[in-house]
Amino acid sequence: MALSTYISAISQALREEMEADERVYCLGEDIALYGGAFRVTEGFLDQFGEGRMIDTPIAESQIIGTAIGSALMGMRPVAEMQFMDFISCGFDQLTQYAATSRYRWDVPCPIVVRGPSGGGVHGGPFHSQNNEMWFAQTPGLKVVCPGTAYDAKGLMKAAIRDDDPVLYFEHKYLYRRIKEELPTDDYIVPLGKGIVRRPGNTITLVTYAAMQYVALEAAEVLKHDGIELEIIDLRSIAPLDSDLVVESIKKTHKVILLHEDQAFGGISGELSARIAEEAMEYLDGPIRRITPPNTHVPYSPPLEEAFMPNAKDVVYVARELANY
Amino acid sequence: MSPKPGATKPAARNTAARAKAQAPRPAVTKEEKVSATTTTAGDAHAGSVPKDVSLKLFRFMKLTRETEDRIERKLYRQGKIVGGCYVGRGQEGITIGCVAALQEKDVIFPSHRDMGAFIMRGMPLVTIFAQYLGRADTPTRGKDGNAHLGDVSLGLINYVSHLADNVPIAAGAALAFKHRGEPRISINFLGEGSTSRGDFYEGLNFAAIHKLPVVYIVNNNQWAYATPVERQMPVKNVADRAPAFNIPGVIVDGNDVEAVYLAAMEAFERARSGGGPTLIECKTFRMTGHSAHDDAGYVPKEQFEIWAKKDPIIRMERRLRERGWIDDKYVGDMDGEIKKSVEEAAEIALGMPLPDGSETLNGVFTTPYRVKDVFPWRQTEEYKSIVIKKEKA
Repeated sequence: MALSTYISAISQALREEMEADERVYCLGEDIALYGGAFRVTEGFLDQFGEGRMIDTPIAESQIIGTAIGSALMGMRPVAEMQFMDFISCGFDQLTQYAATSRYRWDVPCPIVVRGPSGGGVHGGPFHSQNNEMWFAQTPGLKVVCPGTAYDAKGLMKAAIRDDDPVLYFEHKYLYRRIKEELPTDDYIVPLGKGIVRRPGNTITLVTYAAMQYVALEAAEVLKHDGIELEIIDLRSIAPLDSDLVVESIKKTHKVILLHEDQAFGGISGELSARIAEEAMEYLDGPIRRITPPNTHVPYSPPLEEAFMPNAKDVVYVARELANY
Repeated sequence: MSPKPGATKPAARNTAARAKAQAPRPAVTKEEKVSATTTTAGDAHAGSVPKDVSLKLFRFMKLTRETEDRIERKLYRQGKIVGGCYVGRGQEGITIGCVAALQEKDVIFPSHRDMGAFIMRGMPLVTIFAQYLGRADTPTRGKDGNAHLGDVSLGLINYVSHLADNVPIAAGAALAFKHRGEPRISINFLGEGSTSRGDFYEGLNFAAIHKLPVVYIVNNNQWAYATPVERQMPVKNVADRAPAFNIPGVIVDGNDVEAVYLAAMEAFERARSGGGPTLIECKTFRMTGHSAHDDAGYVPKEQFEIWAKKDPIIRMERRLRERGWIDDKYVGDMDGEIKKSVEEAAEIALGMPLPDGSETLNGVFTTPYRVKDVFPWRQTEEYKSIVIKKEKA
């Protein structure tokens, strides 16, 4: 069976959903004629025509607003942000309109806003952000961050079929670096559900998106010390599957929270609070966080290296925590 | 010693700036004086609008006025409506004139000054009052107030307070119609204040590029809260911005409901037949404060006086009488019927129950999802027995 990259999994999901459901269409900057800055929608214009592949001006608020209006009229738009960093220009439409629609008047707003996020590719401050938490904090928005090709496809399909607005954060570092065999059958990955990526009984390590590969790399080192990480991939940030985390901690009694977003306001803060509220008596050590510093994402390689958590960080902290 | 240039203290500079900003603006421009005397007389539209339509426009303006008067001047002042309270007094002709020109399947993206849209489209008066009163059995279940209302089946789309959001959203609805080949249009009401936001430009730009079946109607009531129009825009008219999008910009006397109706008919037909969007600017005046709490003391009194003479309902009544279509009895009967229906609806709404606090947790997502109750102890007797004494100031 052929291997699929992470980015091809996204394309496959979009294509299959557009083939299956006439209401699904895409809009965004350079997505139709050009096929998208990262080529996620290459060939789509020929297959689906310009009625369903709409190139827009550089106007994120318009892109998201237009998506909302068409969704209210029964369409299923998938809006691309060329980089998720630019979603700030459409912040108002998402947090004020899309997020509140269902709560305000029982009318769902089924839009998907997708695009590349994350660092590690020397994109600098405006092409590397992990800004998922800007939205996770807003009730009514679902936020997913797939970390595998399987999840990328399954979460995209679930997002398109979901009646609520979903923000789909792709990790651009993973686009062509991971390859997997994907099922040929139609499948979805449910929104709001995490998964145990690697079972273990020494320390629970909670992460998502690209950082899970850092954790897996560290786990291979740590196992020689007798430290078995149980790695949880959250997959969704909102809703947040903290039950899975709490259950794991009841077994391991120790936890490390690892992500590429900063610590201040990152999901590890909310997770720490939930762990303290729901599993305090199970903990045999402090909750440890491994995140970048509270800075912007720097450009120059030595700086970005200094910024980004790596497998050695995980090994160091895990050893420390195991000995606690 | 006089201060050197550039040595002015910041405080002094601020004072100077403030003095300049607060310099008395002309209460009434020459043009306003002229239009006040010319547009209220004569019958420019005689024969242009069918009698039944004209009578309908008149009736719905009156019904809207009575409904909003009940809301703002009675229920709000009696303390029965909480929070802010916005009405469109003096601007009824814009909404009614446009909505009357729509077809059944068209959709409306209203603002907070467009009560007439809800009434004319058939939203029950009881529902409207219940919404203002925060009652449970409303489309928002008490989660939002004022005319933040909607009903997709009536083509009424609920809006958010960030009003310019609707510009690209209304374009999105039109995009759906165009894509599916449906002969429907969407219309979006906004104030001149909303035209200051980027979404206005982004939305119009996109709508114009794709010649979408959408019409934007700006009620230029000359005040965005306490900021007069000349402090909002460097152009004289909102419609002057239309050429930038290569679309027609039309200026209408917003207090002449028939003029609005005729302008709307033309623009809606153009949109429906593939001619793309139109920007209609309706010149009007906000005959209230921004909200019911606001006495609009910053608006020169003369402006209110001038515009009171141009009241759209009074003008329409005079015109219909001159055409011999209505008389004292007609108006008396209509007033009685309107008053009665408004009175009854308000009474029914006042008797409706408020929502239970638990409703707060419902409806964040469409898929089954209930927000965790963060106050589980509130159901306990111990919690209920706690008494917080407020100290007197």
